[in-house]
Amino acid sequence: MNIDFTTEELDFQAEVREFLQTEMPADIQNKVQNGLHLGKEDFVAWQKILHKKGWAGTNWPVEHGGTGWTSTQKYIWDNECAISKAPRVVPFGLKMVAPVIYTYGNEEQKKRFLPDILASNVWWCQGYSEPNAGSDLASLKTTAVREGDEYVVNGTKTWTTMGQYADWIFCLVRTGASDVKNQAAISFLLIDMKTPGITVSPIYLLDGSPEVNEVHFDNVRVPAENRIGEENMGWTYAKVLLTHERTNIAGVANSKIRLGELKDKASHTSNGGPMMSESPSWNQKIADVEIELLALEYTELRTLAAVSTGNAPGPESSILKIKGTEIQQTIDELNVELAGYYGLPFVPEQYDADYNDIMIGSGQDVSSNPRYFNNRKATIYGGSNEVQTNIISKAVLGL
Amino acid sequence: MDFSYSEEQQMLQSSVSKFIAQDYDWDSRQKVVKSEAAFSADHWKLFADLGWLTVPFKEEDGGLGGSAVDLIVVMEEFGRGLLIEPFLANTVLAGTAISEAGSEDQKATLIGGVMDGSLQLALAYAETQSRYNLANVLTSAENQGDQLVINGHKSVVLNGDSADKLVVAVRTSGEQYDREGISLVLVDADAEGVKRKSYVTVDGQCAADVWFENVSVPASNVLGEAGAALDVLETVIDRASLAICAEAVGAMEVALHKTVEYTKIRKQFGVTISTFQALQHRMARMFMETQQAKSILIMAAMEMDRLDGKAPKALSAAKSRIGKAARLVGQESVQIHGGVAVTDELDVGHYFKRLTTIQFLFGSTDYHTERFASL
Repeated sequence: MNIDFTTEELDFQAEVREFLQTEMPADIQNKVQNGLHLGKEDFVAWQKILHKKGWAGTNWPVEHGGTGWTSTQKYIWDNECAISKAPRVVPFGLKMVAPVIYTYGNEEQKKRFLPDILASNVWWCQGYSEPNAGSDLASLKTTAVREGDEYVVNGTKTWTTMGQYADWIFCLVRTGASDVKNQAAISFLLIDMKTPGITVSPIYLLDGSPEVNEVHFDNVRVPAENRIGEENMGWTYAKVLLTHERTNIAGVANSKIRLGELKDKASHTSNGGPMMSESPSWNQKIADVEIELLALEYTELRTLAAVSTGNAPGPESSILKIKGTEIQQTIDELNVELAGYYGLPFVPEQYDADYNDIMIGSGQDVSSNPRYFNNRKATIYGGSNEVQTNIISKAVLGL
Repeated sequence: MDFSYSEEQQMLQSSVSKFIAQDYDWDSRQKVVKSEAAFSADHWKLFADLGWLTVPFKEEDGGLGGSAVDLIVVMEEFGRGLLIEPFLANTVLAGTAISEAGSEDQKATLIGGVMDGSLQLALAYAETQSRYNLANVLTSAENQGDQLVINGHKSVVLNGDSADKLVVAVRTSGEQYDREGISLVLVDADAEGVKRKSYVTVDGQCAADVWFENVSVPASNVLGEAGAALDVLETVIDRASLAICAEAVGAMEVALHKTVEYTKIRKQFGVTISTFQALQHRMARMFMETQQAKSILIMAAMEMDRLDGKAPKALSAAKSRIGKAARLVGQESVQIHGGVAVTDELDVGHYFKRLTTIQFLFGSTDYHTERFASL
């Protein structure tokens, strides 16, 4: 048993650090560091820098312009990005639709879509969930009826994150008769957001942000050539890739950084007299989450090791989603606790880069509650933690 | 043994609950939350007309009697409606401070205004370094002739944006952590040198940070005896803590009810999600938490009315236990609803928000657990 990095891996780590230090724009890093709002232009600018370096497609195979990194390299990359406060990569194009296209798409589709995804020229969003199809995604009702060489799409998709910025949307749509077994009547369709009949309406979340949207399709005509793979096979494509994507969902690197910041902050936050870091009850909670995170880090490493020897991550990866999101939410909650009275004010504008009025509270106290409220979504999205628990019960334990 | 409310308390409860059910519907509440106004002036006038603003005050001050049980009757109903009007900040916090510390003259002029709805007050006590330690006061007030000159910064003053007058905890003598030397002073909110930065709070109410720069007030504006206000402040915060404990119980009852009802209509996998035993057990747990919260709330209120000095320990027991219940019920009501409860549109998320802020207002769960152990 050995978890040390090899010499090559250490060299890689040094290269990554060097790159992040020299290439990350100071204004973007400052925004991430101080919890300021990031705009579309920030995400795009950063992803274009990654592209220039050849590091945009961290999970893509080399033949399509990806890095071809091993799982250990990806792990190093995620860690270093968290440490150096790089913005997250918006996953919908690079991490979600691209693997479907390069795995199941035809040559024409690969040529048409992949380069613009890699270069962040086109912003994608996801059309999976519907108002009545959440945990039970296969019950989705958006229809795509074939008329000649087009599909006519009708229905509503929801929880479309940053859909207001999107140029394209990838959708699961019902192409088969509704009496067919649910999953076997679903196709994977790429739709240009400029097509007539599409309207996007914002959904405001508990932190007041219009982060997600409902996307309505009213007789939207989509060329049949925009379908990926076989008709009625879309569920299979989406599912295979979801399993492969579940490793990074644990967010271990990011939680480690946030926990470190929390501990640091507690050492100069007054508990009415002594610092919070001197409170036994506080330290107990910090230690509990730190220990849980250590265990999760090794669970993640074991999963990575299994993947690197050729095994696809199995349903065990549901552990990563459940424990990872629970830890994230515990850290959110501890931030609220640390903020004390300054968890109360709602002043989101003071986290805009151009704000120049009085700051209320110190640091990110005032964003602790909005962040906590917003991130309650983490145990709900991506297959709710209840659904993940069912997966473990059924697929792992055979119950 | 009798846990039933008196006839008067039943009338009070039905009067508030009728208002919440009939006039405080969700859409109207949200309209006020999203408007420029901090709260509805019409509602405030109605509260005064119906006599609710007299609830925290003693009979000799012209109030209903000031019993803790009366207070939880009203606050539990307010919690059910997620009331945003500043009953807690104005009437309970600042009102009780004046009632406990004020001279007969001060009470006569101020409490009347609070009870008839014409006067808005706020209690400014917390500071950036104080957290929940009420003795940790740096804001200073120095004697200059017959004037007091105030300097300092008060954090998150509830109703501080709307207040006509501020009741400010200041240090008139001693050092930062001394129990002695703290006074309560009445300051006009628009006095020269008072700077306010107003904001809404994450749960839809309003507050302000307030800075005092050489603010001069007559020395006669001190409430009661100079330098001896900490006991009063502790009594006031305990009373306000009891009030939000009751508010939390009301909010939990509603959050639980809404969650149970939602699971009966939400269908996934061809059945209503209420049929899943995993969820049934979690809602049963929410119910138990709510019941335990209600029990300890009643215990604390009765203890407070007994006036035998055991109220602080009882209150901390209640705040600690209700904090835990509020956390579980709030989080679970969101999780069981799913994504829809993370939106601004559905009311359940707002119950969760208020249940969250209550956990950390006037002392966190940990703070009160430790205080319980120490008393």
